[in-house]
Amino acid sequence: MDELIKANNLSVILEGKVVLEEITFSAPAGELTGIIGPNGAGKTTLLRAILGLVPIQKGELTVIGVPSSRLKEIRPLVGYMPQRQSFEQRFPLSAADVVATGMLAPDTVLSRISNKEARIKIVLGSVGMEHYSRRPFQDLSGGEQQRVLLARSLVRQPILLLLDEPNAGLDFPAQQSFIDLLKKLKKESGLTIILVSHDLISVAAAADQLVCINRTMHIHGRPADVLRSPHLEEAYRCQFDFLSSSGDKARCWH
Amino acid sequence: MNEILAYGFMQRALLAALLVGVLCSTLSFFVVLKRLSFLGAGISHTALGGIALGLVTGVDPVLTGSIFAVGTAMSTGYISRIGKLSEDTVIGIFYASGMAFGIALISTFKGYYPELFALLFGNILSVSVKDLLIIGLTLTVILIFVLLFFKELLAICFDEEMAEAGGLPVGKLYMGLLAAMGLTVMVSIQLVGVVLVAALIVIPGATAYRLSENYRSMLILSLIVGLTGSFGGLFVSYYYPVPPGAAIVIILAFFFAVSMAFKSLKEKFHRRLV
Repeated sequence: MDELIKANNLSVILEGKVVLEEITFSAPAGELTGIIGPNGAGKTTLLRAILGLVPIQKGELTVIGVPSSRLKEIRPLVGYMPQRQSFEQRFPLSAADVVATGMLAPDTVLSRISNKEARIKIVLGSVGMEHYSRRPFQDLSGGEQQRVLLARSLVRQPILLLLDEPNAGLDFPAQQSFIDLLKKLKKESGLTIILVSHDLISVAAAADQLVCINRTMHIHGRPADVLRSPHLEEAYRCQFDFLSSSGDKARCWH
Repeated sequence: MNEILAYGFMQRALLAALLVGVLCSTLSFFVVLKRLSFLGAGISHTALGGIALGLVTGVDPVLTGSIFAVGTAMSTGYISRIGKLSEDTVIGIFYASGMAFGIALISTFKGYYPELFALLFGNILSVSVKDLLIIGLTLTVILIFVLLFFKELLAICFDEEMAEAGGLPVGKLYMGLLAAMGLTVMVSIQLVGVVLVAALIVIPGATAYRLSENYRSMLILSLIVGLTGSFGGLFVSYYYPVPPGAAIVIILAFFFAVSMAFKSLKEKFHRRLV
């Protein structure tokens, strides 16, 4: 399969409000696709549509060869890491317990994993957290917590990984280290990754292609092309200095 | 001790304290982790409307109160899940409406209704064998639900969105948890009453949460706190002129205060070491 996600004129309306309108893009297998756009652009809704958690009013969406009406069937093959605000930071779980919460739904993938504890160890190792399995999750730094949550989304051996703002709230070294980890995972396991991020620069550096949306589709292509496109400024309603000089500041139009 | 056990009403009260202690402490674990404390208070106050309805119509007030309690819990969950209103707004509406309905019905009563006062302020010493059977049955059903879905409920409490994305039936399990809360509140009302019952399903879990770093110890500690509070309150009320419901809640509140102080001291000590 060449393209793991194919969206064609996709529209999502929630509580009478158009959240996404005529979104068209595709995500090639084994590539990292960055989804960018300003606040309220509908990036998280797009991920939720790919997961089958929000209804699609118009257009077509195919994920791993399955149409939008049957996305529930392929959930075991999709890893998902929601935004950090979605969970309680002081929850009394160890790092290994957090990873184990990703193994609960009964499915064929999990039934193939006979030794679940060994699987947790392996997946924590793959994100460089093998020595933290017994540590309380609440005692870990923001970057370490993100790695544990990434391990949780990888525990069912997905072929598609959806990440919603995994770098939000992290300092620059932690962001960089997380992006390097994603590149390593993609290279070693051939994962297809969809990364939603506010951080244009770091996502552009990691991504094979970028999809820029602001409720509707603005531009879709290789990072260098997207960053040079006037459609990017149109989507953000900002003028980006990095497009014309070495700076990375933005001047907004509002 | 032998003196206490010689009385039939005390034997029944101790058994009720044991059953309700286990029930409330188990639910309290999830109530605190899922931040449903206000729902506990809301359910108990709404149940007043059901209790009053039962007394007026001659139907068992525990049955009508249970219907109101479970109905409130599940309606709150349903309305907030379809995204129309936030949970605390829905609870605020049910809380006041249920109370108002109850007060309106109570104002029509003529004469003295001892059952009403027992349910308002609790009277563990008047627990009958039939009450014990109802509490025992409720505990059995809820424990089976919790044992079957413990890890799933824990995952939902930690991160509902991730649990849903992973394929767990989040809506159904959440509704099950709310129904369990409604039933727990209703059967516990007989111990401490409508006014104080929220403490039983909040304080054991909250105390354990302050002192635990993992969910296993939190659950065990919640059970220890809940049972010690229930038995302790009963013993205090036997020897001193304090109603058992109030004594149970005061002991639980004392445990919570100790846990707060202990946690603060522990943090200060750690800061000094660093």
